[in-house]
Amino acid sequence: MSELVRKAHQTVAGGRQASLKKKGSVSLWWMYLPALIVVSIFIIYPFFKGIQVSFTDWNGFSQTKNWVGFEQYTRMFQDPDTWLVVKNTLLYGIGSTVLQNVIGLLYALLLNQSIKMKALTRTVVYLPVIISPLVMGYIWYFFFAYQNGALNDVLLWFGLDQINALGNPDLNPWIIVFVNTYQFVGIAMIIYLAGLQGISKDYYEAANIDGASAWQQFKNITLPLLMPAVTINMVLNIIGGLKLFDVIVALTGGGPGNASQSMSTFMYALYFNRQDAGYAATQGVLMAFIILVLSLLALIYFKRREVDAS
Amino acid sequence: MRNQEKRKKTFWTVLAVVISALHLIPFYILLTTAFKANNDFSSKWVLPSQLEWANFIEAWEKASLGTAFMNTMIITAGAAILLILFGSLAAYPLARLQTKLNKFIYFLFIGIMIIPPLTALVPLYQLVVDIGMMNTRTVAILNNLAAFLPLTIFLYAGFIRSTVPKELEEAAKMDGAGTLETFFKVVFPLLKPITATVLIISCVFIWNDYQFAIFFLQDKEVQTLTVALSSFFGQNQGSMNLVASAALMSMLPMTALFLFLQKYFIAGLSSGSVKG
Repeated sequence: MSELVRKAHQTVAGGRQASLKKKGSVSLWWMYLPALIVVSIFIIYPFFKGIQVSFTDWNGFSQTKNWVGFEQYTRMFQDPDTWLVVKNTLLYGIGSTVLQNVIGLLYALLLNQSIKMKALTRTVVYLPVIISPLVMGYIWYFFFAYQNGALNDVLLWFGLDQINALGNPDLNPWIIVFVNTYQFVGIAMIIYLAGLQGISKDYYEAANIDGASAWQQFKNITLPLLMPAVTINMVLNIIGGLKLFDVIVALTGGGPGNASQSMSTFMYALYFNRQDAGYAATQGVLMAFIILVLSLLALIYFKRREVDAS
Repeated sequence: MRNQEKRKKTFWTVLAVVISALHLIPFYILLTTAFKANNDFSSKWVLPSQLEWANFIEAWEKASLGTAFMNTMIITAGAAILLILFGSLAAYPLARLQTKLNKFIYFLFIGIMIIPPLTALVPLYQLVVDIGMMNTRTVAILNNLAAFLPLTIFLYAGFIRSTVPKELEEAAKMDGAGTLETFFKVVFPLLKPITATVLIISCVFIWNDYQFAIFFLQDKEVQTLTVALSSFFGQNQGSMNLVASAALMSMLPMTALFLFLQKYFIAGLSSGSVKG
């Protein structure tokens, strides 16, 4: 920390002289110092410290810890739970990203037309975004619960068997994807709506004169010009989905066993329930790595497909 | 042709209504559950025969929602005020003065956005224990502040670059105003629209925060709404009606804020994201 600040001072001193000569102004570094200090203490320092802890066998509370080299990493790659949890995390991340974008875009296309009930639908679809994901998880728990759940009542009315949806390891990761999508599809919808409203009507008029079909217009005009919105949505949703925590705690607690655990909830369990802090830190490093790689890949992939709309 | 157009519009309108209805199902289930007596085992789809207001009083007391509301409000307000202050101050030089150092610092703040807060959980927890801040509202304020500072700085810097004219500041400087004076008297008032956006987004996220709160606020006296709710849920598996009433109460303030300030929510989200 202090090292960082001292370096900042030195650089500022150097930069100040140079810029004084050139532009007659300074870096005004003291203005971002408060923000920099808070972020350094609560994010940057713990992040690097976490990498260090991942090379130890620390239990989370004792005063001593042993340096074990790459042992935790070997253990992680051999642990079948790791792969289950990574698989779930990818499902939560990619599954809800795909669903939120497809449904969000369809909703935006619908609400971009001059129809009645537009404002109301927008409000209703967006409403869950502002509710705590934990509360949203509980609300859907009332829906999916085995005992007296709303879903099972419907199944009974149709003469079908009741299902224990949240207790079924093949089904409950998908329910988590569904709930996450339901909650945040409103963000994708709003961003797509804003993007659609930014596309000039002239393009469509020209296309109509040329006799282009609705699908051709969508494929050749709407979608290419919407790519900046696609990029933002993809990156936002991937990061959000890969970090999923609250909804899982509320709906399944990660169970049965580890069946619906994400990397976030798994880490929590390793640290607080199993006193396996070193290993939890190792899982944290893997999670940071996966999020970093996937969000950068999404960013690069979709940025390349953007065209200049102006 | 005209008729066909009309029929199409009717179809789209009906579709919008169906979508709204489907999206409202969870809220409907929440309401019927929250208002039913605990010995009422009728289907959650059926409206309650009478409204059980006593649920709300019982849940309020049993889950200590009074304390939880207070804590959540203090943490949300504290973090939001500091976010606006620290965030706008930091964004100003980063947006205005493109020195090498400033470029690096800006990049650093943006890069931090990718670090998932939970990956650093283990050392962060230890750090909080070491500095004696476990179970304090201060640590919740600081954690939320750190988590949302990068996004705040990003939004402020973008806004300053694109909409605040440099000439105003230069004029103020000519009049002999110091940097800080110029900032608070000339620049900050112009940042109102983006401040509204930052305020709304951060209040919602901090109010709803569970990830930080569950680690650092275990004591009953400092519990936020989400932590109080999750422990209430754990202890009351047999009385979901009470859990539902507690959940309903906990989400009311943000729901009301959203319904009243809806256009700011939506304008903020669209401007902040599509430009970026």
